[in-house]
Amino acid sequence: MSNTILTVDNLHVAFKTQTGKLTAVRGVNFELKKGETLAIVGESGSGKSVTAKSIMQLLPAATTEVTKGDIVYNGNSLLKMSKRQITDLRGSEISMVFQDPMTSLNPTMKVGKQIMEGVQRHEQLTKAQARERALEMLKLVGIPQAESRLDNYPHQFSGGMRQRVVIALALACNPKVLIADEPTTALDVTIQAQILDLMKDLQKKTETAIILITHDLGVVANMADRVAVMYGGKIVEQGTLDEIFYNPQHPYTLGLLQSMPKLNEDRSQPLMPIAGSPPNLATLGEGCAFAARCPHTMSVCHTYTPRDTVTETGHSVACWLQDDRVSASRDLVETGSSSS
Amino acid sequence: MKRYLLQRIGFMLITLFIIVTATFFLMQLLPGTPFTNPEKLTDSQLAILNAKYGLDQPVAIQYIQYIGNLVQGDLGYSFQHEGRTVTSMISDRIGPSAFIGLQALVIGAIIGLVLGIVSALKHNSVLDYGSVTLAVLGMSIPSFVFAALLQYYVGVKLEWLPVALWEGYSSTLLPSIALSVTVTATVARFIRSEMLEVIGQDYIITARAKGLKENQVIVKHVIRNALIPVVTMLGPLAVSIMTGTLVIEKIFAVPGLGEQFTLSILVLDYSVIMGITIFYSALFIFVVFVVDIIYSFLDPRINYKGESA
Repeated sequence: MSNTILTVDNLHVAFKTQTGKLTAVRGVNFELKKGETLAIVGESGSGKSVTAKSIMQLLPAATTEVTKGDIVYNGNSLLKMSKRQITDLRGSEISMVFQDPMTSLNPTMKVGKQIMEGVQRHEQLTKAQARERALEMLKLVGIPQAESRLDNYPHQFSGGMRQRVVIALALACNPKVLIADEPTTALDVTIQAQILDLMKDLQKKTETAIILITHDLGVVANMADRVAVMYGGKIVEQGTLDEIFYNPQHPYTLGLLQSMPKLNEDRSQPLMPIAGSPPNLATLGEGCAFAARCPHTMSVCHTYTPRDTVTETGHSVACWLQDDRVSASRDLVETGSSSS
Repeated sequence: MKRYLLQRIGFMLITLFIIVTATFFLMQLLPGTPFTNPEKLTDSQLAILNAKYGLDQPVAIQYIQYIGNLVQGDLGYSFQHEGRTVTSMISDRIGPSAFIGLQALVIGAIIGLVLGIVSALKHNSVLDYGSVTLAVLGMSIPSFVFAALLQYYVGVKLEWLPVALWEGYSSTLLPSIALSVTVTATVARFIRSEMLEVIGQDYIITARAKGLKENQVIVKHVIRNALIPVVTMLGPLAVSIMTGTLVIEKIFAVPGLGEQFTLSILVLDYSVIMGITIFYSALFIFVVFVVDIIYSFLDPRINYKGESA
């Protein structure tokens, strides 16, 4: 038995719109190993949240559809499971922490009750035991006076404290996988650091695997074991934290890293943006989604979608620049021109 | 909380006082006198009558006297019914009105809730469109139209229920149903839009992500949160039922307060008009007050203590 817990294989997710299907996720592949943190990075609209929500099948069925691919948890395809089986899994095996703690808790229910509800759904516990667990969880996530806070409503907590409650709620049944969808985006920088530290701490204790969805490379550097970079509904580059940060192969990853301000850099230099704007998913066809903005575009980039090129370290890149065939043909062209 | 309550009660009294004053002076502007066939009365007879009911005084004095009596809880005597106090007339008549009104409220609320919830859950389905259409019809067609239709079809043709009059429980049904149409429509529309809003909230996704079954999510998270604002509808609904009874009671010959009210206006029975107006206003102000208090218990975010959490 490998220690891979979750596999996403060639996942395609489409939104049904009035003008037809709009494919937001266009072939995402990744594996999540037990206890590791995989960061999915990408700009708004790159499909990272949709990917996350489709794992939990939390996307509204009326407007979204997984058109291709599979999601396998612990050897079982989530997409083939019944609704009942999925709800059994939610919260107990796979949990989710959402972006905005101000809106992700029910405003008219005491936080203790909200935690207990999930616990009682998945475990045969009495009310008192569930309450005990909720108390434990609040203490675990570092909420002071947890005992009295159980009976408070969400509006009586600050944003950071609410996110702690949301994390407590997500971890209450000791899930194997935690999907954190931009868990710190809505928080102050200082609170962000606290929440990230908390998540790292808890991960050590519970050995939960985390999928961290973010657009903040600082958060990634702080948290991740491995990084997947998403662009235009695809993972364009995937590898260990060090590989991605110190040996980026995809021009988009490079662009992202270069556009970050650095502490030891001359501040009079302007930041380096990536030219152009994100692709329109509705008009995206064959070819590399990044081709329009890439400084190294070749004619092949516009017509054929690049395959994943995987190095022996497991670092994979979907870019024609790394493709053997391109380098081979480039050699051909070069030898051809030199011989004439 | 105590301070808030006292403040509210103060404002309620001020509101009521303004209503009393406005009604009193507006009523004086109505043409005619409270007495039938005044042209047949001699001047001296008129003078005696006017003196008896205090109508010989200037309006300002009458007003001060009226307020003076009102403060002591005395609504005066009817001009039409010799020796009957307005208070006793109201208490005699309130029973049927309250009964058909409350019954209409209950019928309307239940049907409205069911329709609204179903149509939100089956959003954009035939069921949804159907109930929205019904709701719009119910809100735009006046209740007396339904009253007439009910009388004709249920009362005359099918003979299931009595057409009119006040003879036992079966007589209460048609007036209540006619009155409940507006309530049903209002509640259905309101709960539907509230439900749709709540369903789109992030915390519903959280509830689903916890693994709750869909019916748990709907009952505990969606409906509960959607129902809270519905309580605020009670005020406007109470008004629509009260105004509805004015017409409905007339149509069904229900011996209620509404019927008495319309009658009194026709014959300019000043003290009864005043009395019933005050009664209705006080009732409405009280309902709104109670709704606000209930709301603070239902929604933990509302607190009248003025302290931040």
